[in-house]
Amino acid sequence: MKKLINDPADVVADALRGMAAAHPELRVDHENRVVFRADAPRQGKVGLVSGGGSGHEPMHGGFVGMGMLDAACAGEVFTSPVPDQVAAATRGVDGGAGVLHIVKNYTGDVMNFEMAAELVAAETDTEVVAVVTDDDVAVQDSLYTAGRRGVGVTVLVEKLAGAAAEEGRPLAEVAEVARRVNAAGRSMGMALTSCTVPAAGRPTFDLPDDEMEIGIGIHGEPGRRRVPLAPAREVAEMLLEPVLADLDMTGGDGVIAFVNGMGGTPLIELYLVYAEVVAVLEKAGVGVARNLVGSYMTSLDMAGCSVTLVKADDEMLRLWDAPVRTPALRWGV
Amino acid sequence: MVDAEALTAWVREFARLVHERRDELTRLDSAIGDADHGANLDRGMTAAVAALEAQSAGEPAAVLKTTATTLIKTVGGASGPLYGTFFLRAAGALDGPDGAALAKAVRAGYDGVVARGKAERGDKTMLDALGPACDALDEALTAGKPLEEALGAAAQAAAAGRDATAPLVARKGRASYLGERSAGHVDPGAASVTLLVEAAATALAGRG
Repeated sequence: MKKLINDPADVVADALRGMAAAHPELRVDHENRVVFRADAPRQGKVGLVSGGGSGHEPMHGGFVGMGMLDAACAGEVFTSPVPDQVAAATRGVDGGAGVLHIVKNYTGDVMNFEMAAELVAAETDTEVVAVVTDDDVAVQDSLYTAGRRGVGVTVLVEKLAGAAAEEGRPLAEVAEVARRVNAAGRSMGMALTSCTVPAAGRPTFDLPDDEMEIGIGIHGEPGRRRVPLAPAREVAEMLLEPVLADLDMTGGDGVIAFVNGMGGTPLIELYLVYAEVVAVLEKAGVGVARNLVGSYMTSLDMAGCSVTLVKADDEMLRLWDAPVRTPALRWGV
Repeated sequence: MVDAEALTAWVREFARLVHERRDELTRLDSAIGDADHGANLDRGMTAAVAALEAQSAGEPAAVLKTTATTLIKTVGGASGPLYGTFFLRAAGALDGPDGAALAKAVRAGYDGVVARGKAERGDKTMLDALGPACDALDEALTAGKPLEEALGAAAQAAAAGRDATAPLVARKGRASYLGERSAGHVDPGAASVTLLVEAAATALAGRG
């Protein structure tokens, strides 16, 4: 393993020190490993809390700020945060209007956020509502699994629900926006290489040079199947085929198309993939209204990408365009 | 007698086994999960042992409760809530110093894991080892066998349950996302919970 670290045990704590130093507009609670907006809690505004395992940077700490999250909890690498962390984040963002938890559908994340909500409910009258994202079409037969994973759509849910909360809308409405975006979003990912978890010290799986994994999640776990390496054009088709099959993307006001890098893929390849995605969508008669291209939800040093489409309505597009000022997403300000 | 000292010995022995087998657990998790089970559980059990050292030996249930809250505070992922719930429910149900009380506590812990994880036997999870261990413990004690022998039977049943997870297709947890590809690998949760039962058999031997 070759990584720019001090000690595998200190990776998350050391990274949070750097984040605090780089972004004075954030406040980092190092004991609880929570990244807050420096001005949290904001009175009368619904607080948005998300979080999960570390190793997905900039998710979620990079999305804390005006127009998006109020706090993000950083678990160990690929391990969900513990209830105490989530509870600390929830208390810290409660401005009297309630708190929304945005949780990716992974067993550990769901259980720890649930336990945190129980902890907070036992001691205060803060209203907490959780929205669980589950957009990954790679998970088939979801009745017989832990359900679809929450992946790329989480970034878009955080952006759009964050914009709704910034407008001062009540908790029920902000939660409804989050659920609606999740329901309108589908994702599929692929990997060219495994990643190396610092504590494990070697790649999670071996992948020969001439093969790729289709249907991966965001934790370096293997995908649904392994297939021969193909040109980007065919990869785009392979990723979009199940996405388009699962949700009728025609009609509406066009889709928000999100091509996400897994951490080890350069932007030149992501733009190249985006061009192929646009071509496939054109052929399918699906219009792209907005887009996002870059590495926003990563799997450490894994090479590969995912594609997320959200069938957007007029309100979603308006919320997408609303100003946002966070370390990783910033526009309109 | 299954007193506070005996239960502390159990927790210590489990922590020792997890530390010793840390890489093996992580290797199992690499095959069908995300390669952190050994590291996470080792971190949590090390913290649990430290917490027990810091508190004076009190009620037996307090040993299990401290272990539970420490695991919930330090492990994260699915293992933290599941192992934490096991020890928390066991602490709540422990009402005596004999084998029957221990079996009742362990059964309550098992029920807690079922409720928290919303899984059942056959889903390729820790329940596939913990369930048979509970059954074997109850059966042996009901048949009048001494605790030492009953825990030995429970450890054997856990190991057999663990091995039987290999051909299963996972239906819960992160391995479930692999579908058919999850078959052919032992479940890491079933492997670690087998260590928990083996630790009980070792640490509580001669205390029944």
